[in-house]
This record gives sequence, structure tokens and C-alpha cells, in this order.
Amino acid sequence: MSRSTFEPRGALLAELGGGAIGTGDAELRDYFALLKPRVMSLVIFTAAVGMLAAPGALHPVIALASILCIAAGAGASGALNMWYDADIDARMRRTAGRPVPAGRIGAQEALSLGVGLSLLSVLSLFVFANPISAALLAFTIFFYAVIYTIWLKRLTPQNIVIGGAAGAFPPVIGWAVATGGITLEPLLMFGLIFLWTPPHFWALALFTKGDYANAGVPMMTVTAGRDRTRALVLFYAIALLPVALAPTFTGAGGPVYLLAALWLNARFLRGAWRLAKRDDRAAEADRHLAERQFFRLSLIYLFGHFLALLAEAGLRLGGLTLPGWPHLF
Amino acid sequence: MLSRNHELHRRRSGRNGALGVILGALVLLIFAVTVVKLAGGGEIRGFDHTYESLVPAE
Repeated sequence: MSRSTFEPRGALLAELGGGAIGTGDAELRDYFALLKPRVMSLVIFTAAVGMLAAPGALHPVIALASILCIAAGAGASGALNMWYDADIDARMRRTAGRPVPAGRIGAQEALSLGVGLSLLSVLSLFVFANPISAALLAFTIFFYAVIYTIWLKRLTPQNIVIGGAAGAFPPVIGWAVATGGITLEPLLMFGLIFLWTPPHFWALALFTKGDYANAGVPMMTVTAGRDRTRALVLFYAIALLPVALAPTFTGAGGPVYLLAALWLNARFLRGAWRLAKRDDRAAEADRHLAERQFFRLSLIYLFGHFLALLAEAGLRLGGLTLPGWPHLF
Repeated sequence: MLSRNHELHRRRSGRNGALGVILGALVLLIFAVTVVKLAGGGEIRGFDHTYESLVPAE
């Protein structure tokens, strides 16, 4: 099942189609794919919201430069992940076409790009913004590449639970760029993404049946079973509710956020309940329709919360705040 | 020997061009940040080889 973290992977990777050197056939889009652009877009969005929701004014050029640094850091994490996980990626249908397992880019090339971008992004953020945000970015890259990818992913079914912290840091970094510190608001944004990550990925694991098992990744669906994973999705959806509503009563929230959070959480809980009360036979019958819908809903859920925070920031900027709105935290 | 119009050359040329654009954008970004930081300039002090006390005058 799960292999040792330190097993030599070069020979195995070559056997599966990829290699250390690559074919030299890589096009620009392959290097772009190495940076995991879809993850990067989510990182950019949440970091930008963290930055814009923070109190105080930030020069647009500094804001843009900082966002680019955070995006480059996320890309570096993606490249390092694809370097180390090429053997796993080659065994999964969803990821077999990625540049390294497909052999278009060599594993060493992915490693070099990842390390180079990591250094460039952290040092640039240090110069452009402040030491705290640079330190947070460095820790995020380390957490995703080493703690999650190299250590936890192949070791424990809690991989996605703990590894989710890496994806939760960008709004905290954005806030730190704007303010030079961390307060409760970015920590709640962190909590929102942290608790959202497991149900999001477990929904994916429920309908990419067999992929993680084939690759030897101890995903919750493989180790604890699919029914238990469905129950855990519901558990996390319930746990998300107070964390998702809490920003309402901080300096970053307001009535718009409250309405959005209530609507999104009601839909999320309904989707999770639907998943929890059915079994694999029902899922097979409709080709995992509910799981696919819940996965899409989870993307809307996260995007919606951060969009609402952005709307609140815009309203504050225009002086359109509700007098007497309670700030409990 | 590969002709200059070979697919490989075309692809490399595209990659090199894109890399040039990215490096150019990086230079512009650093220049823009430098201008903004210097324009802020509160902490930047010129040095003119003369003694200056940092104790506020009463």
C-alpha cells in the first residue's frame, strides 16, 4: 500500500513514463501547468481579499507586487509537489497527463524551478512588503512541499486535514502585507479554508473512485472506507458553520457577509447531508452526481465567502457601513 | 542537422520570447516598486558628510 517516503523514485518514475531529464518537448503551457494555475488562482484571490479586507491603505503597486510574490510562492509549491509526487501522479488518471509524469518536463527541472521560484518569491516579498509576510510565505511553501507532500501525504489519512493549512495561509499573508501583523480576522479566514479543505477533497476522492487506492495514497476513502468519509464530510460541514459565521461580527464582516454566509452554509450543509445519507450503490446508479455537485458547490462556497468579504471591504471604502453593527470579536 | 524551421526551433523560440517578456515585466515591477518606495521616502536620509544631531531641538 503506502511506500516509504525515502524510496528511490527515479527508476520507478522512468518505468511509468517520466524521468529526471525530460524530453525537451516542453512548451510554455507545460511550465505554466507545473505551477498548478487553478490552485494559484484561488491563492491569488484569497490573498487579495485578505489584503483588501485589512484596515489601512496599501499602495496599489506594492499590493500588486506582493500578490505576484504570493502567486509565485504558490507556483513554487506546485512545482515542488509535482516533482516529488510524479510517481503518484503517473498512476492516477486525473494527474497522469501532468508535465512530469508525461515526460515533457524532467523531475530535476521541476525541482529547480520550484526551489528557484521559492527563493525569488520569499526574498522579493521581504523587500516589497515586510518580514512577517515573507516569513509566512516561506513557512507556507515549506509546509506544503515538506510537511504535506513529502511527509504526510503518503503516511496518514489525515494528510488532507493537516495539509489543508498550507492552502489556508494566503489570506493571512495578504493581511500581513497590508498591516504588518496578524489579528483575529485573518485567523478566521485561515480557519474557514482549513476546515473547508477536507470535505472538498473527500468529495473529489468519492467520485475519482480507485485513483488514490491505485497510487497507494492513504486517502480517507481508502483507509476508513467510503461510508465513513461521507459521515466525515457532514461533520466538517457542521464544524465549518461557526467559523464561517464568526467573521460577520469582526471588522472584516457585516450584513452582506452574514446573508452570504447563511445562504452558502445552508446549501453546503444540505449537500453534505445528501452525501452522508446515501451509499455507494446509490452513487454508482447516478454516476456520483451528488458527489460531483457537492464538489462544485464547495468551490462556490469558498469563493462566495471571500467575495462577500471583498464586498464588505468595498462598502467600508465607500463609507456604506451599517451604524451600530456589532463587532463582538 | 535540424533545419531552422524545425518544430523544435519554433518551440524554443516561443519559450525564449515568453521568458524575455517575463524578465522584462520583472524589471518593470522592481522599478515601479523602487519608485513607490523612494517617493514615500520617510526613512531615507541623504548623507552630506556633516554632523547632524538626532536629538530633537527644544
